[in-house]
Amino acid sequence: MAAPRDLFSISLPGFPSLISCLPSGPHLCSAWRSSILGSLRKQLIGDSRLCGGREGSSPSADPNDNHPLSDRSQYVLQLWAALCVRPVPRFLQENLRLVELHHRPSGRLLLILCSSCDPPAVSSLGLLYGYAPICLGLEDFYTRRLYLRIQDCFGRPISSAPDAWFDVVERYSNDNNKTLIRTTKKSRCLNLGSYNYLGFAASDEYCTPRAIETLKRFSPSTCSSRVDGGTTSLHNELEEYVARFVGKPAAVVFGMGYVTNSAILPVLIGKGGLIISDSLNHNSIVNGARGSGATIRVFQHNTPSHLDSVLREQIAEGQPRTHRPWKKIIVVIEGIYSMEGELCKLPEIVAVCKKYKAYVYLDEAHSIGAVGKTGRGVCELLGVDTADVDIMMGTFTKSFGSCGGYIAGSKELINYLKNNCPAHLYATSISPPAAQQIISSIKVILGEDGSNRGAQKLARIRENSNFFRSELQKMGFDVLGDNDSPIMPIMLYNPAKIPAFSRECLKQNVAVVTVAFPATPLLLARARICISASHTKEDLMKALEVFSEVGDLVGIKYFPAEPNKQHLEKCTTKED
Amino acid sequence: MVPTVLEMVNDTLGWITIALDAFSARAVIFGVHIGGHLFVEAMLLVAILFLLSQKSYKPPKRPLTEKEIDDLCDEWVPEPLIPLSAKDMQYEPPVLESAAGPHAIINGKEVINFASANYLGLIGNEKLLDSCTSTLEKYGVGSCGPRGFYGTIDVHLDCEARIAKFLGTPDSILYSYGLSTMFSAIPAFCKKGDVIVADEGVHWGIQNGLHLSRSTVVYFKHNDMDSLRSKLEQIAAGNKRAKKLRRYIIIEAIYQNSGQVAPLDKIVKLKEEFRFRVLLDESNSVGVLGHSGRGLTERFKVPVEKIDIITAAMGHALATEGGFCTGGSRVNDHQRLSSSGYVFSASLPPYLASAAITAFDILEENPSLVKKLRENIELLWKGLSNIPELSIASDPESPIVFLRLKRSTGSMKNDLQHLEDIAARMLMEDSVFAVTSKRSTLDKCRLPVGIRLFVSAAHSESDLTRAYESVRRVAAQILKDY
Repeated sequence: MAAPRDLFSISLPGFPSLISCLPSGPHLCSAWRSSILGSLRKQLIGDSRLCGGREGSSPSADPNDNHPLSDRSQYVLQLWAALCVRPVPRFLQENLRLVELHHRPSGRLLLILCSSCDPPAVSSLGLLYGYAPICLGLEDFYTRRLYLRIQDCFGRPISSAPDAWFDVVERYSNDNNKTLIRTTKKSRCLNLGSYNYLGFAASDEYCTPRAIETLKRFSPSTCSSRVDGGTTSLHNELEEYVARFVGKPAAVVFGMGYVTNSAILPVLIGKGGLIISDSLNHNSIVNGARGSGATIRVFQHNTPSHLDSVLREQIAEGQPRTHRPWKKIIVVIEGIYSMEGELCKLPEIVAVCKKYKAYVYLDEAHSIGAVGKTGRGVCELLGVDTADVDIMMGTFTKSFGSCGGYIAGSKELINYLKNNCPAHLYATSISPPAAQQIISSIKVILGEDGSNRGAQKLARIRENSNFFRSELQKMGFDVLGDNDSPIMPIMLYNPAKIPAFSRECLKQNVAVVTVAFPATPLLLARARICISASHTKEDLMKALEVFSEVGDLVGIKYFPAEPNKQHLEKCTTKED
Repeated sequence: MVPTVLEMVNDTLGWITIALDAFSARAVIFGVHIGGHLFVEAMLLVAILFLLSQKSYKPPKRPLTEKEIDDLCDEWVPEPLIPLSAKDMQYEPPVLESAAGPHAIINGKEVINFASANYLGLIGNEKLLDSCTSTLEKYGVGSCGPRGFYGTIDVHLDCEARIAKFLGTPDSILYSYGLSTMFSAIPAFCKKGDVIVADEGVHWGIQNGLHLSRSTVVYFKHNDMDSLRSKLEQIAAGNKRAKKLRRYIIIEAIYQNSGQVAPLDKIVKLKEEFRFRVLLDESNSVGVLGHSGRGLTERFKVPVEKIDIITAAMGHALATEGGFCTGGSRVNDHQRLSSSGYVFSASLPPYLASAAITAFDILEENPSLVKKLRENIELLWKGLSNIPELSIASDPESPIVFLRLKRSTGSMKNDLQHLEDIAARMLMEDSVFAVTSKRSTLDKCRLPVGIRLFVSAAHSESDLTRAYESVRRVAAQILKDY
């Protein structure tokens, strides 16, 4: 166990002798007491200087400031305090309250010893004796042993709009990456990570002034749900625009894409229903399906033939145990799979669903606005009539550079959702400036702003994506995904290559997203490139140059030919 | 005939006996003569054992043939995607043509707005708008990525630090939508087998979180401490393993469904007695309760560390959107990797995060806002307290003033219809915009419905007077003859 080592590896003055006088702990003389108190205070201050809390909080020498200490020092401090200092000083009580001392074997032993000497001291520390640990030991194994060591590759803060180039804030760590401290230094990097497909994330000559105008007129929030006081004329306009853009009779919008999936599925289907979900569907769909209470079956990722056999078997079998026929079946798929970059085989899947009378739920989080001749998503790209897709879902976070999500469908469906969906009834309505941003960006895409910028953007992203993909493949990278998709994962496989690839790229001012567990299976780590219409040819050339160099260095040019996708079919979760 | 048959049988039996006795007649074991009957019994035993060892009869399994499956698939008729009864649901909310401030414009007419939870009156606040505008100009509208993938903007980190500083916790974590905060935070900490004791009046976000966590959920009577105690005792006594399980009490500070305030001091005592952790939803109480607006913990003078996890939606008093969760450093760090709504969703638009920072600044600079809000609530209470048809169900400190029918018609639907009529006429005739508490069919909350008035610090005395006079007049008209 780590605890005893922790205990003795810290050499504080007086600690060994403290152990030797353990039985006489309660009767320490006052000189001892004050020296221990002094060193406690020193340790506390030193510690908060060292780790400085999490990023953002400035280090301070005031022990009464509420700085989180590292677990180890809290542990040692708590032992000291429990053993020999009474009454326990206030600054200790405040700082040490949440350490779960009794979860370590040595801690438990000492706790028993101490409490027999002096129970009030132990209880006044607020030791959580009698509580089960809030995180079980194995639950945070991954966090402690793997994630923390490479955490600088994730969640890098930026300090500008997520445009083609952005400012990445530099961070450093004094404790082996356990805590990262933000600096004021920034490096200008090429952005290959944001979902800024059409380049609306940055300030736009058409959208931004309108968003600001709306902000002044409607304020940032309505503080109310859509059915109460949260429906403004802007919200109705937005729903009309979205319905028209998507090609459905009606639409309803929500303030968050994740909530759209996870709150709509329970309204549409419940007990006695069946949800057949693609094995690589997004976590929000998984959560929505679980929340609905319906039975869930999974079909192999993007395989219509397997979907066919699952449907046949399920309809013939009926509900488990009772064998009653299913009330209804909804097949949930995504337009572009965000961790694979693959387009869904929509025409085949729609045909299968039609044959078996199952409803189709299409999540176009990544495809709406990004693919298709006029940006209308996979239906347009693959030539599927939108009338064949019963429920169309999508988000505004990506191509439109805003936030929120929508559901589009028949008038009756939308009316039903508006009367029943908890996200419509209880959640704050979408922020008006964000709504305006969506309306304006749709106008630009459709060319209603009086320019052809929208069409240019769409042509650009297609061109950029196909160019970049083919160049990467020529170089011998293992690139997943289909043509036309702006997402291209480069497989790294080995989790150890994540920090190598990410850090080396960042050194050369190229910011890439690396994906690890829990978004992908542990051994299928990858770097994911998201191409934007705002990237210029020079940007892409630079990125390719850097990738080629780093690829050789890290050793990830696995295949000179097309990648083999068989091995991917068993992974389960993925990230937005 | 018969005698001959009998004779023959007797003869045969006689022969059999002789035959059986013949070879064992002289067999004597331990001084016992072994007669023929033992031989027969042994044979019987063998026969029984043989029969027992045989498998019982099962008809052979015949799987469905392809044709049968085809027929079944053809015959199967799914239910329509939406229930047929959905047709009579027709509710069109009023459409606002201005910001949802204390006064709003509906159908070209100015109305007094009691439908927005703009408790501190921050909608339209100049300082708030300025900070939003400058952030919007710098960062654009959306963040275009989840927090892990370059969706972390420095404004988010500043906002998290500001929230933590305001509430006195080590750190906090931002969610991009209020509703998702609870249903992501609960499953991050509660897993299968854990025990949760929750109030029966909690809102849908929490209900969904409870469902997703797959924990054992026990509900106690709405805001009833005796009921809570008895449930806790039951769990402590009933389950020997209870000590090894994680145990939580989940409550709301101000219940969205009733306007009641949870008695935190008693809950903390119970929590410490039975060693439960507390998850507190402060959505409606941040910026409202306590003398400086720090919420329920300040109101009951409970140290904030005693509450293990605090969540809140920011779409109320703070006049922005999104939500946050705060607690000990372990609580926050754990969510950064394991809370689904945080990991798998795009982050909060930066301008909304900067609005939250500014809202906290404004609140700290003007503690009088909280005082003004309290005075407004008191005033409205006074005006509404003796209406013969309606009773106030909410707490005197709650900014959600919740009016219930004194005599229910017996069905929730009819009650709601009456209340909706009242609200509609208040809007039509007196330009007072109040709303009823609508329920989704998914909502498990069974508390009675009512009219909700969201009081704001920005309401003037005449606004409040008009509101309660309108309620009194319309309620008397509509409810006089039932």
